[in-house]
Parts: sequence; C-alpha cells; structure tokens
Amino acid sequence: MGAQTAVMQENAGRAGPDLNTQALRTDARRESLRLLALLSPSLLLVFAIIIVPIGWLFWLSLFDEAGGFSAANYARFFEQASYIKTFVTTFKVAFIVTGACVLLGYPLAYMLSQLPRRAASICLIFVILPFWTSVLVRTYAWLVILQRKGLINSWLIDLGVISQPLSLANNLSGVVIGMTHILLPFLVLPLYASMKTIDTDCLRAGMNLGAGPVATFRQIFFPLSLPGLASGVVIVFVLCLGFFVTPALMGGGKVNMWAMRMEQTTSLYSNWGAGAALGVVLLVVTLALLGLFQWLLGARATGVWSSR
Amino acid sequence: MSEDVGLPISHRQRLWLYCLGGLVLLFLIAPSIIIVIMSFSDSTLLQFPPQQWSLRWYQTYFGSLEWRDATIVSVKVAIMTVLVATPLGTAAAYAINRGTLRFNGTINALLTASLIVPVILIGIGTFFLYARIGLNNTLTGLVIAHTVQALPLVVLTVLSGLRSYDMNQERVARSLGAGRVAAFWQVTMPQIRFSIVSGALFAFITSFDEVVVSLFISGGETTTLTRRMFNALRDQIDPTIAAISTCLIVLSVVLLSVAQIFGRRH
Repeated sequence: MGAQTAVMQENAGRAGPDLNTQALRTDARRESLRLLALLSPSLLLVFAIIIVPIGWLFWLSLFDEAGGFSAANYARFFEQASYIKTFVTTFKVAFIVTGACVLLGYPLAYMLSQLPRRAASICLIFVILPFWTSVLVRTYAWLVILQRKGLINSWLIDLGVISQPLSLANNLSGVVIGMTHILLPFLVLPLYASMKTIDTDCLRAGMNLGAGPVATFRQIFFPLSLPGLASGVVIVFVLCLGFFVTPALMGGGKVNMWAMRMEQTTSLYSNWGAGAALGVVLLVVTLALLGLFQWLLGARATGVWSSR
Repeated sequence: MSEDVGLPISHRQRLWLYCLGGLVLLFLIAPSIIIVIMSFSDSTLLQFPPQQWSLRWYQTYFGSLEWRDATIVSVKVAIMTVLVATPLGTAAAYAINRGTLRFNGTINALLTASLIVPVILIGIGTFFLYARIGLNNTLTGLVIAHTVQALPLVVLTVLSGLRSYDMNQERVARSLGAGRVAAFWQVTMPQIRFSIVSGALFAFITSFDEVVVSLFISGGETTTLTRRMFNALRDQIDPTIAAISTCLIVLSVVLLSVAQIFGRRH
C-alpha cells in the first residue's frame, strides 16, 4: 500500500517536468526552424551556385567524349606531356611564390608586431590597401614596371647597369613577381595576428635568464610564431594553385598554369569533361591541403578572411 | 595587446629590421603609387616620372562609350550585390551567432565555401549552370554570382560585430513585450550597424573588383569594367587603363577609410 502511494506520487511528480520539457522542446524546435529560415536564402544561393555546378561538372568528368563512362579525363593527366608540364609549372610557381612571400612577409610581420600600436596600424594600411585593390590593377602596374620598355629596364639602362633590356615580364619571373605582390598580404595578416598574441613576458623572461636577442628570437619567438606562419603558407600556396589573372596576363603565353589550362579546355576547346576533371583535381588538392593543415594544427586556415 | 615596452633591445639594434620591413612595405605600395602618377602623364609611352602632365587618359576614359557602359554595368551590379548580400549575410550571421543549430559547422563551411573553392572552378561551374538556365550575360546572373562571393565577407564581418554584442539585451526587450522584429530592429541592429555597413562596403568592393567569374558570365551589353580591362590588357598596354586603375584605387581608399571610421566608432 505504502509502496503504491510512493509510485503514484512519483508518477505525479514526473508528469509536471514532462509537460515542461515537452513545451521547452517544442519551443527549441520552433526556434531552430526560425534560425534555419534566416539561413536558408544564403544556403540556397551557395548550394545553387557552388555545390550544384561542381557536382554536375564532376559527373561530366566521368564520361569520355563519346559519352561512355570512363576515367579517360583523369588518365590523360598522367599520359599527356602537356598536362604534366602544366602541373609542374603550377607547383613550381606555387613553391617559388610561397617561398618569396615567407622571405618578405616574415620580417615585415615581425616588425609590425614589435612596433608601438599606432605605428603598426599606420604600416598596416600599406598592407591592407593593396589587399583591397583590384588584382587587375596590380597586375597592370607590374606589367608597366617590368615590361621591355618599362620602368625597371629604362632606369637600369639610364644608370648604365645593363645595355640590353632584361625580359622581366611575359615570362616566369613576371608571373612570380606579380603573384608575390598580390599574395603577400595573405601571409602577412594571419602571421601578424598570431605574432601579436605571443606574450612579451615569455621573451622578457628569456632575456632575464641570460639569452641574447638572437637566442630569444630563435628559441622562443620563432617557434611560437610557427602556427601563424603555417596558416599563411597554406593559404598562399592554395591560392597559387588556382591563380588565373596574373599568369594569364603576365605569362606571355609561356607560363601555362592550372587555372589557365581549365579556361582553355572549356572556353577554347569546349571540352567540358577534361576541364571539369582538372577542376575536380584542383578542388581535391586544395581541400586536402587545407584539411591536412587543420588536422595538424587544429586551426582554420580561412581565419585570415576575418582579419582583413 | 602586449606593447613592446620592456624588451631590452634598442631601436638602433632593430635598425636592420626596420629597413627590411620598410622595403617590403615599399614593394607593396609602390606599384599603386606609380600607376596613379603615370595616369596623369601626357605621353603614350610609359615614362616615369612623366615629362608632361595632362588629363588626356581620363578624358579618353570618360569620353569612351564602351568604357562608360562597362563602368555603369559594374556600378549597377555592385549596388545590387550590396542590396542582396547585406540582408542575407546579416540574417545568416544572426542565426550562426546563436550557435544552437546542430549543423553549425557544416553551415559555416557552406557559407564560406566561396573563399575556399578555387575561383576559376566557380567561374566555369557558374558559366556551365547559367548556360542551361539562360542567365549568362544578364545583370541578374552577375548579381547572383557576386552575391555568393560577397556573402562570406558580410557574414564574417557581421558575426564579429555580434560576438561583441550581448544577446541578452534582445531577450530583455522581448520579455518587456517587444516582438522579434521590433527587438532586433530597435535593440540589436543599432548596436551592430557599423559591422553591417562595413560588411556592405566589403560586398561592394568584392563585386566591383571581381574578375574571374565575370570573365565567364558577363559579355555583350553586360560586360563589366574588369572584364573589359582584362581583354584590353591581353592586347596591349593602353595608358587609359592607368586612369581607370587610379579611379579603382581611389575607390578602394575611400571605401576602406569609411569602413575604418565606422569600425573605430564601433
């Protein structure tokens, strides 16, 4: 009898919270639906303009020109010398540009991080302004500076350093210089942001313990700045792989990179299968590099975008 | 924000660093300055510094019907992109900021996809899709494509504004009887409006400077300024482009300054 009452009481006690949790749950569900409704227009657009066409292109890449299901579009990359050459050129440019960006960007970011706040923010303008200037404008500027009768050549000839103009534009060096200039802020900004988070007390402690400036830098500052450097390097490298405007305008037809190859196969030869296959591989390589980075460092490489 | 006060390294010991950093800054900014100066040259040759000054390249730019049409198309597309991307991006940022949705990570990845997917692939894909639904060479098509590119920037900018805003204020307004819309409009919105304006400005520049996708999907009557510039640069180095480039640089400077001023007030 006593036990029965206890059970009844327990049931009555449970009915109250049950109703409450149910109401809360419905409320939460409704709230989720509302939030989804706010997100849906953006998600739909991205889905329609990015996901659907890429999925479609991927599907196309699985068929050969006769319409048969085959891996011919991918096999071509290993068989045709011209494709292999394109990949080699692309990776070569990507490595050189990334290296140049590190060599130029690291000292700059380091200087910015050491300057007083006001001086640093004035210097940052010089990094952010080019970042927001059209890629076309900057490529044009480098064409003007580097071409045969351009600034560098006419200055060097006037100074008597050279007698014949150097060929700086319309070849690999032009592409590398232009791309380095365009991509440098992508390395400097995340690197600077990460250097700012390095605690100066750590450096001070190192120096108090007798380390010289060089040792402090090498043993404390540099290792702490590596994650920021890595994120900049990954972003620059990935952007290099798919870069189009500068190599197309400054390569003089000699530097054939991945993105240019995609444009030619689709626009010039209307070979959608082959172009799509190139695009799919480019996307896979890009995602793999970003994924690897995220896995190794547990940070998102896209963070740079919010810092600009 | 750690100020470098206590490190026993003098500025003189750092001189080499300042020189190196200064040179890199010069490398970054010099091309823009050279182009601005050259745009006022009187010569068809690309001399620097110019021997004689004139506004002839600006006259050519503003006098040419082709360039003017292309500029108008670009301005129209950029304004419409701002009008579409800003509200959509703000709504999305608001929803993400709640952080209660189960697939928040996936949603974030989707919204920022256009920053990660190689832009050449987006260009080809959009062209391919538009060819099927007849949106190539239309303003609508351009606005949709540019909106997708501008969305992540609006979302990220507004999101950073929302992160420093206390959502409880909106809850207080709701509990005092304000409706959802009124609470957002009267309480949240005034406090994040500077982020929204910055996001809108970024959307404008993104659309106005966009090259690769426009190269594929614009043409004929809807040729954008950047597409026309790209084609002109493929043929020859026309000094008119220096004048146009200067206008684009000035536009960037103005928009960035406005964004900066708004950012500071925020």
